[in-house]
Amino acid sequence: MTSEKKGWGLSFPFILWSVGFTLIPLAVITRYAFTDPDGGLTLDNVLAMGNRINGQAFLVSLLVAFICTLLCVLLAYPMVMAIRRLNLSSSAFILIFLILPMWMNFILRILAWQMILSDNGILNHFLTILGLPKVFIANTWLAVIIGVTYDYFPYMMLPIYTAVSAIEKDITEAARDLGAGTLGVFTRVIFPLSLPGLFSGITMVFVPSMTSFAVADILGGGKTQLIGNIIEQEFMRSSEMNLGSGLSISLMIFMLITLPVTVGRSGKEEGSRDI
Amino acid sequence: MRYVIRRTICAAMALVLAMTAAGCGGKAGSGSQTGKSLTVFNYSEYLDPEMIEKFTEETGIKIRYEEALTPEDMYTKYKSGAVNYDLLCTCDYMLGRLIREGEVVEIPFDSFENLDNIGKRYFDISKAFDPDHRYTLPYFWGTIGILYDTSVVKEPVDSWSVLFDHSYAGDIIMQNSIRDTYMVALKYLGYSLNTTDENEINEAQKLLIAQKPDVQAYLVDEARDEVVAGNAAMAVVYSGEAYLGHEYNENLEYVVPKEGSNIWIDSWCVTKNCKDMDAARQFLDFLCREDVAKANFEFIYYSTPNDAVVSSLPEEMKNDKALVPPDSVFENCEVCTRYDEETSRMYNELWKELKSG
Repeated sequence: MTSEKKGWGLSFPFILWSVGFTLIPLAVITRYAFTDPDGGLTLDNVLAMGNRINGQAFLVSLLVAFICTLLCVLLAYPMVMAIRRLNLSSSAFILIFLILPMWMNFILRILAWQMILSDNGILNHFLTILGLPKVFIANTWLAVIIGVTYDYFPYMMLPIYTAVSAIEKDITEAARDLGAGTLGVFTRVIFPLSLPGLFSGITMVFVPSMTSFAVADILGGGKTQLIGNIIEQEFMRSSEMNLGSGLSISLMIFMLITLPVTVGRSGKEEGSRDI
Repeated sequence: MRYVIRRTICAAMALVLAMTAAGCGGKAGSGSQTGKSLTVFNYSEYLDPEMIEKFTEETGIKIRYEEALTPEDMYTKYKSGAVNYDLLCTCDYMLGRLIREGEVVEIPFDSFENLDNIGKRYFDISKAFDPDHRYTLPYFWGTIGILYDTSVVKEPVDSWSVLFDHSYAGDIIMQNSIRDTYMVALKYLGYSLNTTDENEINEAQKLLIAQKPDVQAYLVDEARDEVVAGNAAMAVVYSGEAYLGHEYNENLEYVVPKEGSNIWIDSWCVTKNCKDMDAARQFLDFLCREDVAKANFEFIYYSTPNDAVVSSLPEEMKNDKALVPPDSVFENCEVCTRYDEETSRMYNELWKELKSG
C-alpha cells in the first residue's frame, strides 16, 4: 500500500507534464480542428490537407523528409561504426563534439549555415581561393535539405549509437570466428541489432523534418514551402486557428497511421531474435 | 559602427537632459501625481527607453511598458484581455480595425500643448483609417520603395518595372509579407493597393508568379542586409531600413517608384480600458514634445511626423529621401486600410500558391 502511494508521488511530475503539456494542448488543438470560427462542427479543416496547394506542400514535405532521413541514416552508420572501433574515452570525446553544438540555439546554427551557403558566403570564398567555380545553393531546396539534415542528425545518430554500443564485443567476435567479413558482421549482426535505435531515430527525424518551417524560411529564402510553413502561415499571418489546427491534426493522424507500422514491426523482430 | 557611436552619444545626451529635468523637477514634481500608472503597448525597439524614465521623473506617472513584434501579435494579445493596456502604438490598417470594433476612445487633442509640432498632413493621410482624426496620434511613418546598389544598377531606377522585366534575374529581394509583396505588383499594374477586385488581384498574382524565378529570396529584416552585403542588387524595403542601409554602404540608393507605393503610418491610440485619460493625454503630449520626439527619432531613424524635429535636422539628413520623404509621395502613395475578411482569405490562398510554385 505504502509503496503504491510512493509510486504515485514519484509519478506526479510526469502526470502533471503529460496532462499540462500533452493532453490539454492536444484537446485544445483538436477542438479547434473540428470546429469553424463560429464554433460549429466541421471536417473541412482536417480535409483541407487534400486541396491542391496544401496537398502539394504535403507531398513535397514527405519527399524532403524522406531525403533528409535517408541522409541522416547514411551519415550516422559510418560514424557510429568509427566510434565503436575507438576506445571509450575518445568516443566520449566525439559524442561531446556532436552534442555540444546542440547546446547552441538551432536558429543561430541555421543562420550560420546561411552565412556559409550564401552566394558571397564562406563556402564560395574558399572555392574561389582554390580556383574552383562558385556554387549557388543559397535559397534552394538543396540548402533546406542540408540545413534540416544537419539539424536533426544528432537525433538519428544518438539512438543508433546507443543501440550499437549495447552490442557485446563477444557477439561480433563470434561472428568473425564463424567466418563473417567486416561487411558480413555489419549487415548480418550489427545492423539488425541496431534496428530499434534506427527506428526511434526515424520517428524523431522524419516528422520534424516535414515541419521545419524556420529552416525552410531561412535557408530557402522564403521560396520553399514545407507543410510546416503553411501551418505557420495559418496561425501567424492569417489568424486561421481552426484551419491551422486542422492541418496539424491531419498530419498527426497520418503519422500515427504510418509510423507504428514500421516501429511496431521492429519491436517484433527484436522479440523473435531474443528467442 | 557610426550608428553605435551615435546611439551612445544619444544615450549620454538623454541622460544629461534627464538629470537637468530632474534638477528643475523640484517645482514640477511638487504637484506630481504619485501612484498613477499607465500600461503602454508598443513595437519592440520603437521608443527610447530613456524617455520612459524621463516621463516618470517629470510626472510621477509610472509606465508599464510591453512590446510586440507584429500588429497581428499585438491585436491578439490585446484582445485576449490578459493585460489591460491603456495605450497602443500600431499600424494603419490595424488601427482601422480597432476603431471599427469600438476598442479605442477619442483623444482630447484640445488639451495638448505640443500638438502643433505634428504636421497637419499626417492627420490628413490618417483619414484613410481615422476619418475625423479623433482616435489616433501619428508617431512614425514612411514609405516602401526599392533600395538598390548603384555599383551594380547603373541606370537610375524610377519604376517598379525593374523588378519585373527580368533584367536583374536572381538579384532581387522581395518582402516576405503578403501585404507588401502584392502592393508592389498592384501598384505596378496601376491598381489601388486596397483593391478588393478579384480580377485585379489575380492579375497581380500572375505577375508575381512570373517574377518568382527572378527573385533571390523573400525576406523581411534581412532584405536590407543582403543588399548592403552585395548579395543582391535590389530589394523592396521600408524607408527606415533604407536609411540605415545607407549608413553601412554608401553606394545604396532608395527610390519610391513613380507608379506610387504604400505610405505606412504608425500611430498611438487610447483603448477603451484606459482608466486615467489625463495620464494618457500627458504621455501622448510628452511624445509630441520636440526634445522627446527627437530622442525617439534618433533611436529609431524612421521618418517622424514631428515637423519641429524635421526642421532642426542637419541639411544632409533633411535631403535624405528615405529619412524625409519628398512631398511627391503624398500624391501617388496610398495608406493601407484593412481588407474585408473575404479578401484577406483570398490573399492567404494566393500567397500559399505563390510560395508553392
